[in-house]
Amino acid sequence: MDGQKNKRRISIVTGTHGDELEGQYVCYLLNRKIKEESEKLNGIVDVYPALNPMGIDTITRGIPGFDLDMNRTFPGSKDGAVTEQVAYDIVRDLLGSDLVIDIHASNIFLTEMPQARISEETANSLLSFAENLNIDLIWIHAAATVLRSTLAHSLNSQNTKTIVVEMGVGMRITKRYGEQLVEGIFNVMKQLDIWQGEAERLKKPIVCKDEVDFINAPVSGVFLPCVTHLTKVEKGQPIGDILEPLTGNILSRLYARQAGTVFTLREYPIVDEGSLIARILIEGGRNA
Amino acid sequence: MKEQILFSLKSLYRESMDIKGYIFGEGEKSVCIVGSMRGNEVQQTYICSRLIHTLKKTEERGEIGKGKSIMVIPSLNTYSINIGKRFWPTDNTDINRMFPGYGLGETTQRIAAGVFESIQGYKYGIQFASFYIPGKFLPHVKIMQTEYMDAETAKLFALPYVVIRNPRPYDTTTLNYNWQIWNTKAFSLYAKQTNAIDVSDAEYMENSVLTFLHKIGAIEGEERLFGASVVVNDSSFVSVHAKKGGFFLSELNDSGFVREGEKLAVIVDPLSGEVSEKIFAPCKGRLYYSFPSSMTHQGTLLFRIIPD
Repeated sequence: MDGQKNKRRISIVTGTHGDELEGQYVCYLLNRKIKEESEKLNGIVDVYPALNPMGIDTITRGIPGFDLDMNRTFPGSKDGAVTEQVAYDIVRDLLGSDLVIDIHASNIFLTEMPQARISEETANSLLSFAENLNIDLIWIHAAATVLRSTLAHSLNSQNTKTIVVEMGVGMRITKRYGEQLVEGIFNVMKQLDIWQGEAERLKKPIVCKDEVDFINAPVSGVFLPCVTHLTKVEKGQPIGDILEPLTGNILSRLYARQAGTVFTLREYPIVDEGSLIARILIEGGRNA
Repeated sequence: MKEQILFSLKSLYRESMDIKGYIFGEGEKSVCIVGSMRGNEVQQTYICSRLIHTLKKTEERGEIGKGKSIMVIPSLNTYSINIGKRFWPTDNTDINRMFPGYGLGETTQRIAAGVFESIQGYKYGIQFASFYIPGKFLPHVKIMQTEYMDAETAKLFALPYVVIRNPRPYDTTTLNYNWQIWNTKAFSLYAKQTNAIDVSDAEYMENSVLTFLHKIGAIEGEERLFGASVVVNDSSFVSVHAKKGGFFLSELNDSGFVREGEKLAVIVDPLSGEVSEKIFAPCKGRLYYSFPSSMTHQGTLLFRIIPD
């Protein structure tokens, strides 16, 4: 949608993984509001609801027919297989946006609180936008852990600012998260002068870097949590059990090693040794 | 021959997945050969099983190079092979995007870390790799264009081509790349086939590895393959894509060579039966890749040619 007066451009992309649906509701709400209040539009809003349309249509996380994670194919190749050509064209299309928001919904295994993920090297240029996105958390990743074949990395490395948002869980839509993020996107559009009005800090996100503790399954089994998502836990508090239905035994009881908030929690009960169970935002993460 | 469990993973209901290495000879860690990492790499696993069988006899004849040891790991992912799924059975991750791995991380990171610890320190590393799109390849050895690459040594496999590839962003997490970073000269071998056994192709690839082992002194005995390799960069390859989707009917000749203007295939509209596209070779050369399926999407890569 083009508000004509200002040529600043924000791109909202989602649907890279066909099982991540939270962004569908965001695109719907965004489009609806822009149509209803089109007089406030003062720039370009490009909405890409389905980078992997066949995946969404067929409940397939990867690219159907190739069993391939699209977000490991960027920047693609003009001359490669069809998946690489698509990745190449997506990048070409998005380059030049003033800001790209790449919305993900974790996967079917984990529930996430609304958060932005940005790398250390892009933090300076992205933080001011991420802070206005009305999210709960900004997680800054160390350079060494950045995956270089993602859309966000491809765009950021070609000077198109891109923020990855993760929220909710795969195969579901969490209405309140969608509504929360849309409010944040309009806020950032104001910041970019694409939407009329003054940007404001709606929700103060916690900014964290290394203040995250990962809890992985020490054994394979059936995981049953004894906390809910976003619970504040004390050091030593049980997080859940890994059970063995065949014997009726508890194979492992998992505890919080640090006090903090469970911002990622295992949703899918079957776990392999190593499966991620929870991430805890350790108390003391600084406020933005 | 010594059998060693390099990494073991327990499952809720399945038998444990034991990743096994088969070690021949004693002494300097000379060559490590890795087979399948994906569940559809049947040919790659088969070639390694043949190598294990052959090297066992070689060892019994006392023909493993003195003071040298060879390890073959036929599969890193029997759980996926067992159910015919390319990537990890539960979360669909790719072990060959997890190197060097992380022992306290997620499942496939742990597998990569566990195995990588055992396969470090070898002078040469050979991996039977496969491409993510299905198709038939001209057998070749591939090396990545890094400061560590060694095309001259790659020629010792006596395969027709040594293909040099510019690393892509995801390559930094592959076994080949990480082997090189940890000072192992790494070579990826691509067989003609992936998800089914082709016995003559397997024999050819086995002979290629045995030739290499012979030339570097890891085994004694006779060389199996002869002939010089040509070093080519894959950026020079010519790709042919489908402009239309539909039935794909290949008209390739059996020689493996194409002439400029030669008809390679037709695409037929699946509803009307009309020929919607005729596909001709854009140049003269050796066929490097051909699409195997009976149906194609628009834009699909159908052929790659190494131009003369």
